[in-house]
Amino acid sequence: MNAGSLTAQLPMLPVAIPLLTGAILVLLGRRASAAAGPIGFAALLALLACAGALCARTADGSVLAYLAGNWPAPFGIALAVDRLGAAMLLVTSVVAIACQLAAADGLAQRRPRFFALLQFQVTGLNGAFLTADLFNLFVFFEVLLIASYALLLLADDRAAVRAGVHYVVVNLFGSALFLMAAALLYGVLGTLNMADLALRVASVAPADRALVEAAGLMLLVAFGIKAAALPLGFWLPATYGAATAPVAALFAVMTKVGIYAILRVGTLVFGGTAAGLGPLLVAVGLATLGFAAFAGLAARDLRSLAAWMIAGSAGTLLTLVGVGTPASLGAALFYLPHATFAAAALMLLAGLLTAARGPGLADRFEAGARPAGAVLLGTVFVICSVASAGLPPFSGFVAKVILLDSVATAPAAVAVWTVVLAASLAWVVALSRAGSRVFWKSATNADGSPGADPAAPRRGRDGALAEARHDPQHGTLSAVVLLAAAGVLIVVFATPLAAHFGRAGLQLAAPDDYREAVLGQVPVRRLVVEDGAVVAPSAMSGERR
Amino acid sequence: MVLLFASGIGLLTATGLWLMLRARSFDLVLGLTLLSYAVNLFVLAMARASVDAAPLLRDPRLAPTLEHYADPLPQALVLTAIVISFAMTAVLLALAVRSRAEQGDDHVDGRDGDGHSDSSGSIDSTGSGDAGDRRADRGRR
Repeated sequence: MNAGSLTAQLPMLPVAIPLLTGAILVLLGRRASAAAGPIGFAALLALLACAGALCARTADGSVLAYLAGNWPAPFGIALAVDRLGAAMLLVTSVVAIACQLAAADGLAQRRPRFFALLQFQVTGLNGAFLTADLFNLFVFFEVLLIASYALLLLADDRAAVRAGVHYVVVNLFGSALFLMAAALLYGVLGTLNMADLALRVASVAPADRALVEAAGLMLLVAFGIKAAALPLGFWLPATYGAATAPVAALFAVMTKVGIYAILRVGTLVFGGTAAGLGPLLVAVGLATLGFAAFAGLAARDLRSLAAWMIAGSAGTLLTLVGVGTPASLGAALFYLPHATFAAAALMLLAGLLTAARGPGLADRFEAGARPAGAVLLGTVFVICSVASAGLPPFSGFVAKVILLDSVATAPAAVAVWTVVLAASLAWVVALSRAGSRVFWKSATNADGSPGADPAAPRRGRDGALAEARHDPQHGTLSAVVLLAAAGVLIVVFATPLAAHFGRAGLQLAAPDDYREAVLGQVPVRRLVVEDGAVVAPSAMSGERR
Repeated sequence: MVLLFASGIGLLTATGLWLMLRARSFDLVLGLTLLSYAVNLFVLAMARASVDAAPLLRDPRLAPTLEHYADPLPQALVLTAIVISFAMTAVLLALAVRSRAEQGDDHVDGRDGDGHSDSSGSIDSTGSGDAGDRRADRGRR
């Protein structure tokens, strides 16, 4: 395989690498469980490299299309990468690496299957970000969901099982809606390729318009379930709160898949016709954010608080998508990596707290014995809180400024500003109360030993971690440092990043390039046999511009 | 025929939704299964079901060229959807069994997992759970 053909295969690699690695890890099984971690880690690093390469190649605005199985575009399954897709791939690989690092502290030893499941989860995520086919999007949703069911149940306690039932059922219902909507679109328009759908939605017969709109709204509900938008998102806190810390950190990307799907299908397929939905999305997003802020104030442990913050960030993103100007889409893309990293770091921090304080107190906001390594934990907590609440000098502040600036001319500007700023205030209150309870009051109230806690048996979530609670959690700490470093990089390179994401917003608002790239991609020529030797054709010919 | 097909899908969906709204895990599994049947039939229906016709060919009087064949894609879609929903049902069943084993009853929600793990609660809920199973079995026959 020469270098040219490898670059041509680049859009496929983020799906192929984790899928093959996951399969290999399953086959290796317990015989080589020591090798599973390094193999998985190497695959994730390769993914990071792929995502970086794709980001670099799409930075100039080109859209890379890939025809799976060499079928021409509207008939086969096409993959396509633009600025948005490449950025999502990069975010996913960073969070997955953090998840893998953090899993080294106990979870991977107890659950050797974790590594394979992580790879399958990443396969589904990457596939969903890459595909240009609506039905294929459904399939990748199912791949990532079925992996997430298993990852959630790694927590292995009663809360996880109960949350798991809810999570599975809600998502299966969402999948049924998704499938119905996809079938409806196919029945009316006769295609499932999103680029082709876009052309046909624009020229649909007036008699069929209502059917297409119904299908679009069903898709919105299905994606809204994934994104945890307000009336559909009550599964989120229980699920994320019940998962083990590394898995919950990975789940921070999961709601973003729903946002991504709304963004992609909304801008690409429904384009101008979806503009009427903007105010609805803004209202739903603001309601989600406001509700999440109130619920976050009432949270009793760090996991719940972080879960509500994830729901809140989904609300913020939904609002920005609803405003729908190129600037607000760019701001959403800038906000998305920050929000994902910050939420993942908070989830990991909850795991660290549980490990340091034992299963009795865990990550609850209750004063107890001073946790081991309180200074380090407290410092990390302050950094993560400041970043995720959107105070200077960390990434949250920059993201929030760009966000508020981008909606300044929108009709809903006052409402958006009010809710976003009030929610930030709520996060600050909730996080500072949490920090002072956990870290400051603990010194004065050192008699409350964790073992004497009456509610202790109830909270066996990370039970096995309790035995090792004085172990330094190197893996989790390094994962938090990685996420914090990614957040710092966002701040340091804020100007070029904001410009890049601004261009990505423009690209989303005018998706003709994407359509042309997907539909104009020419299949590779057939292999030519000359003198008995197979001569490979030149690299894929479809690189436009 | 079309009316029969459509009302069949509607009936399956309605039954599935009604069962899904019940708070027992077995009813839930049945409801989701019925719903997935409805969805699968719906996908098939999107291929424009034809009545009293030979398979594959849209109309035997037309030339058997490619543009006069029935659309094969919905069948491919439905096959994928069947496999996926089958796997998901298996996952959900395993989860439901484990949930019942760990919580002592098959309630999906509405109660906290702690308060009723005593023996009387278990027996009570086991009884009603079996009743639910019997009802469901009858429904299947």
